[in-house]
Amino acid sequence: MSGGGWYRVKRGLPALVVALATVAVLVAAGATGARAGGVPLPEPAKGAGSACVADTAFMRRYHMQMLVHQRRDTVHEGIRTKQFSLKGCIDCHQVKGEDGAPVKVSDGRHFCRSCHDYAAVSIDCFECHASVPEEADQSAAAPDAENEAVAALGAYVHERKTGEGAVK
Amino acid sequence: MSNCSSSCTCGTPEPDERPVDAARRSFLKTAATAGAVALAPGVTLYVVGGPAEARAPDQPVDPKKRWGMLVDVSKCTEDCSACVTACRTENGLGALDDPKIDAQWIRKVEVNDPATGYSRSLPVMCQHCAEPPCVDVCPTGASFKRDDGIVLVDKHICIGCRYCMMACPYKARSFVHEPLSDQKPYAPRGKGTVESCTLCVHKVDAGELPACVTACATEGNGALVFGDLNDPESDISRRLKAYPTRQIRADLDVDPGVHYQGL
Amino acid sequence: MARITYRELSRPKGFFVGLMTLHAVVIAAGLAAFYYMEHNGHIVTGMTNQVVWGTPHVFAVFLVVAASGALNVASISSVFARLTYKPFARVSGLLAVSLLIGGLAVLVLDLGRPERLTVAMTTYNFKSIFAWNIYLYTGFIVIVAAYLWTMMARTAGRYNKVAAYTAFAWRLILTTGTGSIFGFLVAREAYDTALLAPLFIAGSFAYGLAFTVLVLITMCRSLGEALMSEEAVQKFRNLLTIFVLAVVYFTAVMHLTKLYGTKNHGVEAFLLVDGGIYPVLFWGVQIVLGSLIPLLILNFTAFGRTRNGLSLASILVLIGGLAQMYVIIIGGQAWPLQLFPGMEVSSSFGDGAIAAYTPSLPEVLLGFAGVSIAMLITGLALMVLRFLPGEAVEAAQAGG
Repeated sequence: MSGGGWYRVKRGLPALVVALATVAVLVAAGATGARAGGVPLPEPAKGAGSACVADTAFMRRYHMQMLVHQRRDTVHEGIRTKQFSLKGCIDCHQVKGEDGAPVKVSDGRHFCRSCHDYAAVSIDCFECHASVPEEADQSAAAPDAENEAVAALGAYVHERKTGEGAVK
Repeated sequence: MSNCSSSCTCGTPEPDERPVDAARRSFLKTAATAGAVALAPGVTLYVVGGPAEARAPDQPVDPKKRWGMLVDVSKCTEDCSACVTACRTENGLGALDDPKIDAQWIRKVEVNDPATGYSRSLPVMCQHCAEPPCVDVCPTGASFKRDDGIVLVDKHICIGCRYCMMACPYKARSFVHEPLSDQKPYAPRGKGTVESCTLCVHKVDAGELPACVTACATEGNGALVFGDLNDPESDISRRLKAYPTRQIRADLDVDPGVHYQGL
Repeated sequence: MARITYRELSRPKGFFVGLMTLHAVVIAAGLAAFYYMEHNGHIVTGMTNQVVWGTPHVFAVFLVVAASGALNVASISSVFARLTYKPFARVSGLLAVSLLIGGLAVLVLDLGRPERLTVAMTTYNFKSIFAWNIYLYTGFIVIVAAYLWTMMARTAGRYNKVAAYTAFAWRLILTTGTGSIFGFLVAREAYDTALLAPLFIAGSFAYGLAFTVLVLITMCRSLGEALMSEEAVQKFRNLLTIFVLAVVYFTAVMHLTKLYGTKNHGVEAFLLVDGGIYPVLFWGVQIVLGSLIPLLILNFTAFGRTRNGLSLASILVLIGGLAQMYVIIIGGQAWPLQLFPGMEVSSSFGDGAIAAYTPSLPEVLLGFAGVSIAMLITGLALMVLRFLPGEAVEAAQAGG
């Protein structure tokens, strides 16, 4: 009965610790080096209007808590106030691209990405949520379709009233 | 259009005199308030039995309401799928064109009695059960019933286990099998989560009708009635009282909010 | 009474190292498959909106069921005080934990949003049998770990009985919970029966024992020593016979119950007669290859009394078990929901139609990776702690 297995593991431990420490030092060095080289601070796009829903320092620190609070209210309670909603952020802080349309989150200039790329914090909001305002998304096709719907509704009611008479 | 509104008893303003989109809003709003369009003495077309008014955005849903739908199967025809198209457009569904994988929040089902040859075509969507099995089985509580009876998935806490899809008696749920982009801002949906008909909750909260109901009234045959099942004065409640209707798989006692007339 | 000694695997031979390397490679392939499926979504799998649980669930449920059954040997020695089984109690407990971890890994890696595991751990809906299972599984790992501790630490020996009884009760509840994941689905004709719980318990006995036997025989080969006495081999042979018969019994009762009601004739005909791959897997693999042939080998041949005979029977039982899970899980979903009983229905969403399902390579790799995770954990644990019976086995026998 020898404790051979344990000894092998124990002998391996110092090597593992040294390896981890080396990695940590390298990472730290990389980080300071980058700062010295001057990675530019992000410049998130200013929102429309004179002020945000709260002051900048507060927004920087607590915007996620505000969004999480709002998401619960909206999804479960049906409360759809604009003030702290993600849609509100997207509407206000849109960044226009070369074509004049707001850029999507796939573009590095997108309001959310400009900071999150810098902070290396990946967010999954836009796997589900639209990253551009509603109008930009719809302006092309929707009104015509809706007008047609109204015309069709009128025609339908008219037909039901005058034509073939026999509703039921 | 002018023929219509001039003879409507619901008092819709003359749409021809307004810009078209204003007319649309006005029509829908008025019709929703009035609830029904009288066509001739004794004949009423329940184009809409919609929400009486929009709730204030800062107010939570009213637990006294229970939204539901009535499908008049005798009016629904096999060649019409206006409700399905409207749902896909409204919620941005169906990117892959693969019926095995694409989300289908509402679908047309052809029902045929092999013994008699009797056949019907009808839409099936989330039945918004009072006792939803999907809510019972969801491990995280992502599948939930809103206080006004609408059954939803909170995609923020859905882990994509798909147990709700196993439990749903109506095959009403779909799983998002692929990464998505360009979703509708009011209908967020994404890879790895389960989803189903929301009764167009964003529209209902704004006092509008679900897209399928509007489409059925305009492009279809007016077979869908939407309204508050708890309000005895609503059109849907009055029709449920006046005509024989049934729920799909009523034997399971989950009390679906979608009723079928003439099936 | 003789003292039983235990040992770790101190100097693994090439055979053992090769086996562990193979498992490591399979796990790497499984993780690559997970990354591929996670990155592209479930569109790259065979799963659809009709068959929502695929091959990963077949493996996951199989491993979770086997895990609770792997505890059998330990329970028999502690709860039912059979000393013949005591030398293998530690291996049995270790396998119970490692198989469960392997099964859960597959289950978790197949989630639509696996990164939200913390949500599953912090947000509960207590009406969900799935949520109960999260507690049953984590609780099982903790309780069996404590049970192992009472077996292995001299100072904790006095708690051994309590831990043994708790673990035994817990594993029965756990498998009841796993069976009920399907049994509680009232709308699906293939499920909706309380019999799935005892069927899964019987299955767990058989698969768990088969895994235990195979690991022990593999370790015999690796050590070049006869870890099991001849008496133990014969006991395992008898146990496996009883457990396989129990699975066949509950399977028969379940199908007969369903067949008695006319409304289930459609789904039963599908699973047992005309459903393509499912009747083939049921009769050919589960019943003939996985039940009848092992029963014949074990009870009517001289080969069945040998270690190799026991090994072969165990392997066949495991293959039969996988087929059983495939028929239950995939076959049960392939049969369409009946929205309008008695009517012919059709739609663009597969209403009224048999759903097609073909396992994709990534799914299969992930499933096998679960088995390998369990085996790798077991192998590594055997190297560092004293799970294996030592030389004094014969002495122990004399005492028992």
